[in-house]
Amino acid sequence: MSIPGPQDIVRRELNNGIVVLVRENHDSPSVVVGGYLPVGAYDERLEQAGLAAFTASVLMRGTTNRAFEQIYEELESVGASVSLGGGTHTTGFGAKSLVEDLPLVLDILADVLRRPTFPHDEVGKLRGEIITDLEERAHDTRRLASLTFHELAYPKEHPYAHSLIGYTETINMLSRDDLAEFYTGGYGPHGMVIVVVGAVETADALTQIEDVFGDWEGHNYERAPLPEVPRIVEIRERTVSIPGKTQSDIILGYPGPPRAAPDFLDAVVCNTVLGVFGLMGRLGEKVRDEQGLAYYSFSRVDGGPGPGPWRIVAGVNTANVERAVTGIRAEIRRMCEEPVDEEELEDNKAFITGSLPLRLETNEGVAQAIINMERYGLGLDYLQRYADLIGEITAERVQAVAQRWFDPDAYALAIAGPPAA
Amino acid sequence: MEKTMEMGFIKTRLSNRLTVLVKEVHTAPVASFWIWYRVGSRNEHLGITGISHWVEHMLFKGTPTFPKGIAEKAIARDGGVFNGMTWYDFTTYFATLPADRIELALRIEADRMVNSLFDPDEIATERTVIISERQGAENNPEFLLSEELMAAAFRVHPYGTDTLGHMCDLETMTRDQLHAHYHTYYAPNNALAVAVGDFNTDEMLRLVERHFGTIPDGPDVPPVTAVEPPQRGERRVVFEGEGNVAYLQIVFRAPAIREPDFFALAVLDAILSGASGMTALGGGLTNKSSRLYKALVATELATGVSGSLIPTADPFVYSLSAIVRAEHTLAEVEEAMEAELARVVAESVTPEELAKAIKQAKAQFAYSSESVTGQAMWMGFSEIFADYTWFENYIANLSAVTVEDVQRVAQKHLKGSNRTVGWYVPNEH
Repeated sequence: MSIPGPQDIVRRELNNGIVVLVRENHDSPSVVVGGYLPVGAYDERLEQAGLAAFTASVLMRGTTNRAFEQIYEELESVGASVSLGGGTHTTGFGAKSLVEDLPLVLDILADVLRRPTFPHDEVGKLRGEIITDLEERAHDTRRLASLTFHELAYPKEHPYAHSLIGYTETINMLSRDDLAEFYTGGYGPHGMVIVVVGAVETADALTQIEDVFGDWEGHNYERAPLPEVPRIVEIRERTVSIPGKTQSDIILGYPGPPRAAPDFLDAVVCNTVLGVFGLMGRLGEKVRDEQGLAYYSFSRVDGGPGPGPWRIVAGVNTANVERAVTGIRAEIRRMCEEPVDEEELEDNKAFITGSLPLRLETNEGVAQAIINMERYGLGLDYLQRYADLIGEITAERVQAVAQRWFDPDAYALAIAGPPAA
Repeated sequence: MEKTMEMGFIKTRLSNRLTVLVKEVHTAPVASFWIWYRVGSRNEHLGITGISHWVEHMLFKGTPTFPKGIAEKAIARDGGVFNGMTWYDFTTYFATLPADRIELALRIEADRMVNSLFDPDEIATERTVIISERQGAENNPEFLLSEELMAAAFRVHPYGTDTLGHMCDLETMTRDQLHAHYHTYYAPNNALAVAVGDFNTDEMLRLVERHFGTIPDGPDVPPVTAVEPPQRGERRVVFEGEGNVAYLQIVFRAPAIREPDFFALAVLDAILSGASGMTALGGGLTNKSSRLYKALVATELATGVSGSLIPTADPFVYSLSAIVRAEHTLAEVEEAMEAELARVVAESVTPEELAKAIKQAKAQFAYSSESVTGQAMWMGFSEIFADYTWFENYIANLSAVTVEDVQRVAQKHLKGSNRTVGWYVPNEH
């Protein structure tokens, strides 16, 4: 197997603007479909929080050709799956099946994206499921820490400050017509990306997609640029207290570099050193291992089209929250003040490039990599250039990216757990 | 060294009784190496509950050759992933690496099978990590309910205790107890090595012999003698906890993996709660066309329902769980679930439902064969409980199930006197 690249990924643009990418893999009799449309929570108003995600979910609940029960009966009968999920910038979709069922899967995918009927009773059912999920969230320390972190790290008017799935008040306000209207205004082929990876002939996959999506027309939302996100210059800390819980979840972080930022890969290396490498990098070593404070402690840099979060998360006993935060801040300070020594840097870079084959082992892994190359304009030869791009990153660049995005004395800190004793 | 070979797998046993399973897969330049020990919470008792899981953690705390932190760094430097997990019947460690680096995984596993340090300072630090892991689980209402429910379903067999163990044991367990547990169960005769990936079989067998062949055979491990007495009547647990959502869990005593009813029960589970519950480690399919989804979720009584039939060495349980929808009650959801179970007992399922369950299993097996890590896990999992051919024959065994079999196992296992019912009653409901 070679690394996926221009030699074995076929890219076609349909007349209506849909970009199709196909890579064959005949090692297993299955096929994966993935992709997105450029519509999401970005396009909803603050008082409608959750609208984009609710709309994406309700598409699977009935079309002019198939009722809800029929959609799932057909899919599950052949062990296939189709899913849709509303994100901030995009609405993503994914599907998986045995290769002989690809026509069915594509037909259902096109059906739900192009001919949804928004049945009244299904909207009601789904609303109840979302409300119950929101009630669970209100008592879930990890989810509450995440919600609170986003509120602290981003300005109120920024889409990243709000919950994708919404709030009880907003979900209760959304009507069936709101969902249908949101769909009509922004679901269309332009900017849509479909990736197919698996045991299918490329020409066959292209024909199948052209057949079900080729004559689709529709609109996109006009988007204003994302609001500016100012650098955090003070400590923004909030604790959500839930009596009866036994452990606290902590998120400490910052708005981070967008995926297309020139220093994004520097941030990936920096993040790997801080909270990924081996068993969770320096954070795993110091906060978990040496101090025994946490069951988990790691860091993540999201990237994405905008300044997605760069954050450290940890689960600790409530009595140890302060010590854990002190430990996390010390590691951030070290990233900012000391260059990573050469051996540690080389180890981390070797991990990032060396683990690429593992990430490309499954059809899902390859599909995700192709989606990213298309979405962020990285070029289809990106994976082949990847080792060189990582290879040239120096300790100075790693320190510089830490200084640019981190500050051990100014950050957003969300804590959710039992009240302190 | 004896060898048997079927469908690409080679099974052999070293002179120290280490079982070895090897399969070449050349679809990607990667390889996965797993070592499985036949020890888990099944081998524990009050006073040392959670010990197998803690021992697993200690195997990441160093040996003289690979001091703490060195092994995971070496694996990461080579582009690999590395982890361990503890379950009722087994503890397993794995690494997946670029294929030309796989020998490193064998060196590490052979070394820590016998040379782990169990440094007292490391044990002291890890105690708080282990306690923290348990406290994290306690934040989840479904864990809290399940723990109470399993304790009620099993009063003799260790399956009634979660692998995380009781808090009092985590607070008091000693270094000597941990080390003795390690010494008893970590030996070639109680282990299984599995390698799948882009290598030459003979070369891999030579590597296994080189790294594991000199480790001495150990004494036989103590047998698990606990036998859960038959259940004579329904049991109920009511857990009052924080939160605003109610959860229902019902478990039925169920056969072990090697008993003939297991496959019919797996089909029954797929029909009742969807294909995701057919395997402990697979899944990923939706279950919206399953009987229980239609009866509980489509009717707006619950917001989700799932089933689980976990393969185990000794008889375990078949579990069903549901999340009660905001404006409904536990009693309503329980009644609707019972009605659906009564239907499958009274009337036979349809041939179409049976065919669907089998096709779903076939698709899931095709998906799981995409990654060498997945294949190695499945092989090891099967061999631990039965024989690696259990995996290879899984579809054939499922296909042999008839609608009569499904009804028979429903009648036998889904009866009221065989169940334990659990309610999570939230304090803010």
